[in-house]
Amino acid sequence: MTEKEMRVRPIKHGTVIDHITAGQALNVLRILGIHGTTRAVVSVAMNVPSGVLGLKDIVKVEDRELEEEEVDRISLIAPNATINIIRDFEVIEKHRVDLPERLEGVVKCANPNCISNTNEPVISKFAVNKKPVELRCIYCDHVISEGIAEHLI
Amino acid sequence: MMLHHIISMRDFSRDEIDIILKRAQEFEQFARGKKSDMLSGKILATLFYEPSTRTRLSFETAMKRLGGEVIDLGAIESSSVVKGENLADTIRVVGNYADVIVLRHPREGAARMAAEYSKVPIINAGDGAGHHPTQTLLDLYTIMRESSLSELKIALIGDLKYGRTVHSLAYALSLYHADMTLVSPVQLQMPDMIKKDLKKRGAVITETTKIEDVIGNVNVLYVTRIQKERFPDPAEYQKVAGSYRVTEELLKYARENLIIMHPLPRVDEIDPDVDGTKFARYFEQSFYGVPVRMALLAMALEAV
Repeated sequence: MTEKEMRVRPIKHGTVIDHITAGQALNVLRILGIHGTTRAVVSVAMNVPSGVLGLKDIVKVEDRELEEEEVDRISLIAPNATINIIRDFEVIEKHRVDLPERLEGVVKCANPNCISNTNEPVISKFAVNKKPVELRCIYCDHVISEGIAEHLI
Repeated sequence: MMLHHIISMRDFSRDEIDIILKRAQEFEQFARGKKSDMLSGKILATLFYEPSTRTRLSFETAMKRLGGEVIDLGAIESSSVVKGENLADTIRVVGNYADVIVLRHPREGAARMAAEYSKVPIINAGDGAGHHPTQTLLDLYTIMRESSLSELKIALIGDLKYGRTVHSLAYALSLYHADMTLVSPVQLQMPDMIKKDLKKRGAVITETTKIEDVIGNVNVLYVTRIQKERFPDPAEYQKVAGSYRVTEELLKYARENLIIMHPLPRVDEIDPDVDGTKFARYFEQSFYGVPVRMALLAMALEAV
């Protein structure tokens, strides 16, 4: 695709998250804590053609280099995502996302009677199983194996 | 073996459980009344947000017979919990008054959270529908003393859906590669999530709805109560509960060495006529709670 054909222009500095599962861009932003009130310059493309995935979403966040820890959470909903760190229009770093072993404060426990869903000073904590993707609450052992996106905090 | 908090059976390996059971055996003599001051000078705080006479008394006895003292939170309605004090605060405050805390709370995961905030050991006496590790340990101990944990063939009977004791016990038994038969009404079958977890650990599981199907094939019957509240229709409840009763008649087909266990309280799921038979072990089971809890307290307080 030539520069003229690209829907979203190249950014000078920042992070490009590519190969996001089609339709998940907004959830990716949510996971990154980027809401309507953000000051960051953010570009979002959804359901664009992809050689690898068929259809994909892309998110570009300018002037912010996302931490590995922030970015690994994205693998929950977009396991094929790739992260490109951009400086002066150059890709200086590129890697795939990898599921972390633990998730804190990202997903809400689906068990309404879990202590993590009360006003006690505790944040949700999950142990992550990679194949298949399953999240087990450290507090109550409840397992979330599907519809993970619905439980995002 | 370092033992700090006792929260869930998931935290223990098979070897660690074996060590605890072996230690418990050393405490039986003290549980029967032999004098000890092993825990003299130590204080246990019992925080029961939900009532439980039996578990609380058993912990109190365990502590007192080892020379220790007990303080109790008392009725929730007359404590600062009613003013809105949260568990995290309560734990930190009580940790200044006692050397070990036993906690029962209506929310799953409460004990795990308490352990994060506590500077003294936390022993989980039941959190919501979650874990009750000391019950499981005393159940295993009972099987060890009255039957055998190796090549165990056991039937878990009754409410396998909501029963927290059976979930915890089944989990532990999978570590012993026990042959488990799940006997329950269709409405109260063990949840798929748990069965899946058990099979992943190498447990051999069969399911049936009829107690008659298994009576001749097992060494242990573990009976649990089917609660009326789980059945909106009282007539249906009567019909269902009746077919899971253990009676002398049923026991005609039992193996010679069968033992019958029940975490108590029992209502009518075990006929009183069964109490006097050679099979009944549920009252011994409740006694065994004392040496097991003694061992846990002593290990948590590093007195052993």
